[in-house]
Amino acid sequence: MESLNVYASRLVTKREYFARGHRACQGCAEALAVRLVAKALGSNVVVASATGCMEIVSSPFPFTNWNVPWIHVAFENAAAVITGAQAGTKALIRKGKLPDRGTVFLGMGGDGGTSDIGLQALSGAFERGHRFVYVCYDNEAYMNTGVQRSSATPFGASTTTSPSGSKKPGQVTWKKNMPEIAIAHAIPYVATACSSYPFDLMRKVEKAARVNGPAYIHILSVCPTGWGLASEKAIWIGRLAVETGVFPLYEFEKGRYKMTVETPELRPVADYLKPQGRFRHLTPELIEEIQTRVKREYEKLQAKAAML
Amino acid sequence: MGQRVGVENSIAAAEAIKMANVDVVAAYPITPQTHIVEHLAELVADGKLDAEFIPVESEHSAMSVCCGSSAAGARTFTCTSSQGLALMNEIVFIAASLRLPIVMILANRSLSGPLSIWNDHTDVMSVRDCGWIQVFADNGQELFDHVFFAYRVAEDPAVSLPVIINIDGFIVTHVIEAIEYWSEEQVKKYLPDFKPVNVLNPDKPITMGAFALPGIFTEAKKNQDEAILASRPHIMKAWGEMEKVVGRKYEPVETYKLEGADTAFLTMGSFSETASIAIDRLREQGKPVGQIKLRLWRPFPFDEIRAATKGIKNLIVIDRAISYGGPGGPVASEIRAALYQEKNMPAIANFLCGFAGRDVTADDFLAMYGKTEELVKGRRPIREEDYIFYGVRE
Repeated sequence: MESLNVYASRLVTKREYFARGHRACQGCAEALAVRLVAKALGSNVVVASATGCMEIVSSPFPFTNWNVPWIHVAFENAAAVITGAQAGTKALIRKGKLPDRGTVFLGMGGDGGTSDIGLQALSGAFERGHRFVYVCYDNEAYMNTGVQRSSATPFGASTTTSPSGSKKPGQVTWKKNMPEIAIAHAIPYVATACSSYPFDLMRKVEKAARVNGPAYIHILSVCPTGWGLASEKAIWIGRLAVETGVFPLYEFEKGRYKMTVETPELRPVADYLKPQGRFRHLTPELIEEIQTRVKREYEKLQAKAAML
Repeated sequence: MGQRVGVENSIAAAEAIKMANVDVVAAYPITPQTHIVEHLAELVADGKLDAEFIPVESEHSAMSVCCGSSAAGARTFTCTSSQGLALMNEIVFIAASLRLPIVMILANRSLSGPLSIWNDHTDVMSVRDCGWIQVFADNGQELFDHVFFAYRVAEDPAVSLPVIINIDGFIVTHVIEAIEYWSEEQVKKYLPDFKPVNVLNPDKPITMGAFALPGIFTEAKKNQDEAILASRPHIMKAWGEMEKVVGRKYEPVETYKLEGADTAFLTMGSFSETASIAIDRLREQGKPVGQIKLRLWRPFPFDEIRAATKGIKNLIVIDRAISYGGPGGPVASEIRAALYQEKNMPAIANFLCGFAGRDVTADDFLAMYGKTEELVKGRRPIREEDYIFYGVRE
């Protein structure tokens, strides 16, 4: 497996479509995810970005990190903007005003821009059936504004608006299951990914781009700044999220679930929680509660993947 | 000469959108805008209009889809009213600063609360400062003509700004008028194909909507202000060309029986025609009364307003919106600003009326004239805070 990875990296293009020089924090696994998504899609793409970390770090006028056409309009509407661009292009092609070059339309946003404020626009775009790819870079809180909780923040995480205190253990709600919400729209392709698994991530993006309809990819994007983690630990903690079953990697295609990174035996969630500052306050009882929930959710997913 | 058709104004507007050969229509239903959008959906369903019709899940997404589609180089249309405009408010401002030449018909309706589906101008006044070019059409023919005008001005590479066509909800949208349709040749002659200034195209990647640090934000805003001011000659040219093509003359400020008048009504939208009837009657009684109609709301026609009010002693400004706790109506506020440094500034009486579609008849305009005469006799000049809610049941 190790040697395969060394070989596989040579097959990936050296060209950067999300160029160096952006202003993300050190060790930002979200910027890495954006770079991998951009690499997987190549030059024939139009990107609409929601307001958020990745928009701010990549577009301080007069600079840009985007070597592909890119637009930012607002926070909650990336799905609407990109489907507008897709529909406009489609009409122009049909009317003979543009050649059909098979351009991919990519909408992207953070967990807040996707599962909170942008959920309605995304749901509308899914339901209308546009051919587009939407990527959620999930770093599990509003990092751009200073680590406030979102509906994607996991249970027990301490953020600036779900602080751990004597009465409350940080976030008191369970993470909204955004990939399942996407699946409920009966769209052709949904996948989870993590920038700690770059080839799996890029393969899924390439697949999503080929789908004739809406495709959704939910990428766990480790945020060392917001998670209370040394910057060099981002890739390692992303792997632990998968190996503990906290964030399983899977695909949903043509009505079927498929696990894409197998984890025959899950590591204890404590391995994932303990290194992170945001979970430092958790009691053994709360860790046990999280363990129970993670195991149950993982088994549910495995059962779905086992269905023919 | 085009064909003259008896048709509901909303249907005619949709036919004009079709004749303008739009590429994308994105809209969410709201009364009284619905007939325009419904007819466009029919035209697309019947293959009479080759466009993507996108029935979005909200007005916020309607304007967002319009931004994406216009940025992709497609001729783009949307239509809304009242709460719909309020919901898309955020994106309305951004569309202008992105310089996207979207055209929107705004079927003017009261803004909640209380909820009302009827006509006034409280909705459009909430986006007074949004950076779009804004015109008022008084009737169905003007609406029809201004669809072509709006695309011609918006897409002019020297302008590249979105345009709102204001039209009074129900009072104009739901009325059947005899409308002179343009011929295909006339449309072709008047409206060139859309050639976008900046476009999202992988052949030439550009970044649109970059964020601005304080070091550049002020400059961006000044640039935007200069852009809308610089649209003036192109607006005048587009109206001038229209006169040549269809023989109807439009101006930023239009007047009626203003010669020799010492008093003038200043109106905007469909009330203008009713006020004209009152003016005819007053003239018959020997009263020197005329009318000033404001067609171009943004960029505001300061010079034309100053020219039109020369020699006017009493100006009766009709407003169909209010700035709570402010100087009265937004139109009067603008007129006062335009005339403040004039040597012989007229006394201004500001009447707020016709809210939520309440009928304002020619008799009401006569009554407002009488009330103004009274006020003028009592004290001159009329004070700024003298705005009057006309026709309120006490």
